Amino acid sequence: MSDHPPPAPAEAAVMPHGAEEVRAHLKIYLAVFFALGVLTAITVGIAYLDLPSKNLAIAAAMVIALVKGSLVALYFMHLIKEARVIYWSLALCVVFFAALMALPVLTSMEHL
Amino acid sequence: MTDTHPNGSPGAREAHGGGHGETSFLWKYVFSQDHKVIGIQYGITGLCFLFFGFTLMMLMRWQLAYPNQPLPWPWLAELLGNIRAPGGVLEAGFYNQLGAMHGTIMVFLGVVPIAVGAFGNYVVPLQIGAPDMAFPKLNMASYWVYFCGGVIMLASFFVPGGAASSGWTSYPPLSNIATQGQTWWLVGMVFLITSSLLGSVNFIVTIVQMRAPGLSMFRLPFFVWAQLVTAFLLLLAFPPLEAAGVLQLMDRVFGTSFFLPSGLVVNAIPYAQTTGYSGGGSALLWQHLFWFLAHPEVYVLILPAMGIVAEIVANNTRKPLWGYRLLVYAAIFLGFMSFIVWAHHMFMTGMGTVMSTFFQTTTMIISIPSVIILTCMILSLWGGSIRFSIPMLFALAFLPMFAIGGLTGLPLGLTLSDLHLHDTYYVIGHFHYVVAPGTIMALFAGIYYWYPKVTGRKMSGLLGHLHFWPTLILMNSIFMPMFFMGMAGLNRRMYDQTVYVHGRGVQPLSLMVSWSAWMLAVAQIPFIINFFKSWKAGEKVNDNPWEATTLEWAAPSPPPHGNFTTLPEVHRGPYEYSVPGQSGDFCPQHARPDSASEGTPSAPPVPAAH
Amino acid sequence: MSTAIPWSVKPHPVTGIPNAKLGIWLFLASEVMLFGALFSSYILIRTGSEQWPMGRTILNIPLATLNTVILITSSVTMVMAWASLKMNQFGKFKLFQTLTILLALGFMVVKAFEYGGKLHHYEVTLVEGSEAADKAGALKITGHIDHATAGNGGAITSWIRSRDDLHDGKISFVADPPAGSHEHPAAIELAAEDMERLTFFGPHRDTFFAVYFTLTGLHGIHVLGGIVVLLYFLLPGSRMWRTDPERFTGRIECTGLYWHFVDLVWIFLFPTLYLL
Repeated sequence: MSDHPPPAPAEAAVMPHGAEEVRAHLKIYLAVFFALGVLTAITVGIAYLDLPSKNLAIAAAMVIALVKGSLVALYFMHLIKEARVIYWSLALCVVFFAALMALPVLTSMEHL
Repeated sequence: MTDTHPNGSPGAREAHGGGHGETSFLWKYVFSQDHKVIGIQYGITGLCFLFFGFTLMMLMRWQLAYPNQPLPWPWLAELLGNIRAPGGVLEAGFYNQLGAMHGTIMVFLGVVPIAVGAFGNYVVPLQIGAPDMAFPKLNMASYWVYFCGGVIMLASFFVPGGAASSGWTSYPPLSNIATQGQTWWLVGMVFLITSSLLGSVNFIVTIVQMRAPGLSMFRLPFFVWAQLVTAFLLLLAFPPLEAAGVLQLMDRVFGTSFFLPSGLVVNAIPYAQTTGYSGGGSALLWQHLFWFLAHPEVYVLILPAMGIVAEIVANNTRKPLWGYRLLVYAAIFLGFMSFIVWAHHMFMTGMGTVMSTFFQTTTMIISIPSVIILTCMILSLWGGSIRFSIPMLFALAFLPMFAIGGLTGLPLGLTLSDLHLHDTYYVIGHFHYVVAPGTIMALFAGIYYWYPKVTGRKMSGLLGHLHFWPTLILMNSIFMPMFFMGMAGLNRRMYDQTVYVHGRGVQPLSLMVSWSAWMLAVAQIPFIINFFKSWKAGEKVNDNPWEATTLEWAAPSPPPHGNFTTLPEVHRGPYEYSVPGQSGDFCPQHARPDSASEGTPSAPPVPAAH
Repeated sequence: MSTAIPWSVKPHPVTGIPNAKLGIWLFLASEVMLFGALFSSYILIRTGSEQWPMGRTILNIPLATLNTVILITSSVTMVMAWASLKMNQFGKFKLFQTLTILLALGFMVVKAFEYGGKLHHYEVTLVEGSEAADKAGALKITGHIDHATAGNGGAITSWIRSRDDLHDGKISFVADPPAGSHEHPAAIELAAEDMERLTFFGPHRDTFFAVYFTLTGLHGIHVLGGIVVLLYFLLPGSRMWRTDPERFTGRIECTGLYWHFVDLVWIFLFPTLYLL
């Protein structure tokens, strides 16, 4: 079962049915690039708007960063269609990341 | 990019040449990519560090037994030099270095490399029927990064001011203002952490991707499960300590103030006056980041030990492990919970009642899976026809020793009793019971158990008994008195306990601990002789001397490069001992079902047909 | 049986991925925890501080925005490099891989300018009641050093870290423009004995700069590491394309995953450090 099929000769396409799929993705990559550029402009613009509330400014910046980060992860890193074992590993990571992020809250609760 | 032996094209394979036929000594034994050689390298390096760490502690024990008296042997004082031992008396600062480095070396350079690096590397690929680890080059790299980390730690003893002296926990602000040795410690830790990260990625990928055909997750030996959970702990808990290490390095090298609060006064002089530091940091931040790693680290120390004990208990009771699935779920739950108990080390930092109650609760919850695991192992003994082999003796000793270590942890997890016991010898007794008579006994068990696989020879039983009985007794006479000293209020990390009245009261116990420790060193001599002598002169045994069921015993002893002569295929769970209706009392995982029913369980494995 | 590692190129039939892909994702998970711990420390220190400067009042936003665009673009060229291999276009791969490396180098150059600006920006604390303090009208002034002379009259050309580097000499100091203006005031002469303290805007200055240098520095090290790997696969590593194209494509995919992660970290660093 772990005996490998002989390697594909170099002149053959790397992944015959993968190539078409990849070609279809090129447009998506460009669209994501465009969206990332626009979002960068927006986030800088908002920073110079001097929003009335600091919390609002933080929320806006973080929401934009989250959207940008998700775009990179979903499309450039292909997380939108990935193996289950990777989703599980990342889910575990997210849970412990949340625990880590709770750390400042926990310290500020020290005098509760 | 870390990849493997090229197997894509014949040309690439020849060009690589790793381990095929004639290779020089250097590539075969030093820069080897074979998981078995790397496992042995980890094992021997780890044992050396374990012994070195033990030596540091034996020095400390002199000062504790005979405070401020010169060392008994002039040559020893001479060896240490006038700075470390003026007039033969251990200097207080040097005593602190010994304490800090004893902890660091035992945990990060001794026990973890043996439990994970040595046993994990050697046994896991064999137990899952894989030819090697998933990334052999990465595997080699993680050993050598670990080795460099070890060298840096050792070298730090010789820099001006000596090695790190702020305890293995390196709490700031003390560690921030400590001498240069602390910087070396931090750099060494970054190496060790990197090594662990590389190793853990390798373990997880190997276990997930490279199991033999038919070896489903719930047919894995418990040892492999323990290693898998451990690898996830290392992978996700170590980076925060790496972050903390980077921040402390910034503090020490670039003068930042991550861990230095404003208004710090050192030796009655405002720290800002002498250094121009900015302040504004938080000393508690270090403790949070440190314990975010260091509590899961406790389970990194104990889980592989539990895995080893489980294998040996099943094999020597000739019975399936009681509650295998329960054990697996408990280990996973244990790993998960270990991430949210860290602040129980920090009850005394002035944290609020809501927070301390939360961590007290999670700490009580985490004791449940530990008790489940222990209970399963004890129930496994019930009704078994136990073979009291040397590995089994050590494994059996592990059970009550770990139980004492675990149960004495409960008063520390309860905020009220922790007020009294925090930072006393009681804590030292507690965690040493878990790690020394607990984990280290299990590591010895593992060495005796897998030695025939590594060398093709058994270790001597007589020397094994001479090793086991004194070790068991002396371990207890070292750590049991510490509970009493702690309850008497004696602080840990004390250079001279006789300056306090309550310390003078328990001084006889301290004397007992010291003598036991020195005798424990003597008790290791049979082991050292056994370990080296049996390599060439031990009794020759067959490939499966313990009549075990798991896959590592299907490989020749010692296994060749690539491990198995034929690819094993798995047909059943890991612990099919004494199955009713069968003639033999064990049925290996790789034995084909029809041959098993005919009662010839050791039939050679047949390559996969489909 | 040989030591060929199963599933190092072909995807595993059950998990659906080859070994290296799981490996790199696990590594990235640990990187998430590393940067997560640093972000967490940043939040803790910032919320615990009495006052915290707005990043954009002291950091160079145009440069940082430029760097954001550079890094995003390099992510696109990276994914295009991988896609070119998938489509069996090795020439295009070389082009996109080269572009990615050039963009990464560009990022580091911009970063060097940004760091340089901070390391040559000074704060002087003047001795109370001194003549210089009267002239300056304040005890603390920030600005840059136009030129410096040592006590023995020789010009100092090396980087000045503290008052001690002046060797009892003096500096010609150009203060920053007052708020709302872009005009630098005239340079003033300050002797070493007039100064209580002379310091640059380095990591030691305050916790803001400590966080700024640590986070961007660690990110910069990741970029440098990425450049090394990208260069390796552009030059010597790419020979594998001829012998084992599928394995080579897998390696580029893993490199790409790492590179996008470096981009992703910057996407969060940029607003949290520079804008907020």
